[in-house]
Amino acid sequence: MYTNFMPNTLRVLSRYGGLFLQGAGITLLLSAITVFFGAIFGSLLALMRRSRLGPVRWLATTYVEVVRGTPLLLQLYVFYFILPDLVRFISLSKFASVSIALIFNSAAYVCEIVRAGIAAVDPGQAEAARSLGLGARQTMARVVLPQAIKNILPALGNEFVTVIKETSLASVFFVGDLMTQYNIVKGSMHLVIEPLMIVGVVYFVLTFVLSKLIARYERRLKASD
Amino acid sequence: MIETINLFKDFGDLNVLQGITETINTGEVISIIGPSGSGKSTFLRCLNMLEVPTAGSVLFDGVDLTDPGTQIDLHRQKMGMVFQHFNVFPHLSVKENITLAPVLLKKRTQQEADDYASELLARVGLSDKAHEHPRRLSGGQKQRLAIVRALAMDPRVMLFDEPTSALDPEMVGEVLQVIKSLVKSGMTCIIVTHEMGFAREVSSRVFFMDEGIIAEQGSPTELFDHPQNPRTQAFLSRVLY
Repeated sequence: MYTNFMPNTLRVLSRYGGLFLQGAGITLLLSAITVFFGAIFGSLLALMRRSRLGPVRWLATTYVEVVRGTPLLLQLYVFYFILPDLVRFISLSKFASVSIALIFNSAAYVCEIVRAGIAAVDPGQAEAARSLGLGARQTMARVVLPQAIKNILPALGNEFVTVIKETSLASVFFVGDLMTQYNIVKGSMHLVIEPLMIVGVVYFVLTFVLSKLIARYERRLKASD
Repeated sequence: MIETINLFKDFGDLNVLQGITETINTGEVISIIGPSGSGKSTFLRCLNMLEVPTAGSVLFDGVDLTDPGTQIDLHRQKMGMVFQHFNVFPHLSVKENITLAPVLLKKRTQQEADDYASELLARVGLSDKAHEHPRRLSGGQKQRLAIVRALAMDPRVMLFDEPTSALDPEMVGEVLQVIKSLVKSGMTCIIVTHEMGFAREVSSRVFFMDEGIIAEQGSPTELFDHPQNPRTQAFLSRVLY
């Protein structure tokens, strides 16, 4: 049945190679936007979870638990259908709706990354800073965070890898990412396995190269410890 | 200078401090000895509120540090602390470790702080390490750095929490030497230690703590040579062989 696999694959590539590249670009763009803003909002959430005010902590914790406890696909649907109703004054593109949903999702995971990164810093460091008379904020900014960042950055890189794979769910809304291109090619050439394999290889190359780069960066951070 | 009034500290069901009322005067050198788990470190950490006492108060120059209205950070600037595990800042150079607090807290300009750091490093024999990172220092060097980091704030009292317990034996001497010279300069010191010989040599008063109270105290001669309390006698016979 698959004797034509190689010739078919080459046919797909020669006709739609550009489309897959474009899809890879959009996947990377979507992932980068997600992780960039996810990192900002996630850090804010992490700070909220350390707040002295109970309700602020509670709000952030609830948010993180709800996002982590429900499927991403469900969240995408919710944002896709509800967001345009909520912000009627601007017309949100599909891409924007999906991006925002991914950002909200990623922020919850980044929050945990930041929290874990801070928690991994020896409590003795903060104690030493406080014993010198530094305030809680000065201690966080000048002693704890500069050390936590070494734990946080590699984990953020891994989050990027995860998000690259998760953006494939956004193809449900045809936002032009790599998986969307598979759907397009599948429809026009009536082939399933071939475009699927091509897309799979592209995903793998993206995440594999990125993981290796992160691992190398992590080793360099470790060496400077 | 420091006065504790009926100090209690619980960790859950564990009653670590069980009512300590004590006065420590300027210029005194207090060693605190006792079996592990007796509350020595907790007592020390209550003095600068790293541990918040469950009950009782700590007066520092007459100011109640346990009062929530007290600006504790201001008072901590005057109380240096040295930890068992050094807690030097690994992301800063040796010199930056020393200048961080004085500059950030506007006690000195960067220039003044740098000059003072050089002077302090020279005093503890670390001048050549000023621009190194702490990871390149030995344990003894790290602890000497931690001591001058605290001294850079011109504290009125120094708290030492088992400063030599985490050191390799050959490095204990160099750290004790620094503390001794500090004592000689007239600094008020409170030292939790297992180094009995050192405690006997430098202290003006020794506290023996057991089960959350100061079970016995006195001059080094009184406490080491003529302990009255059977628990002190038992402890000393165990540690002095």
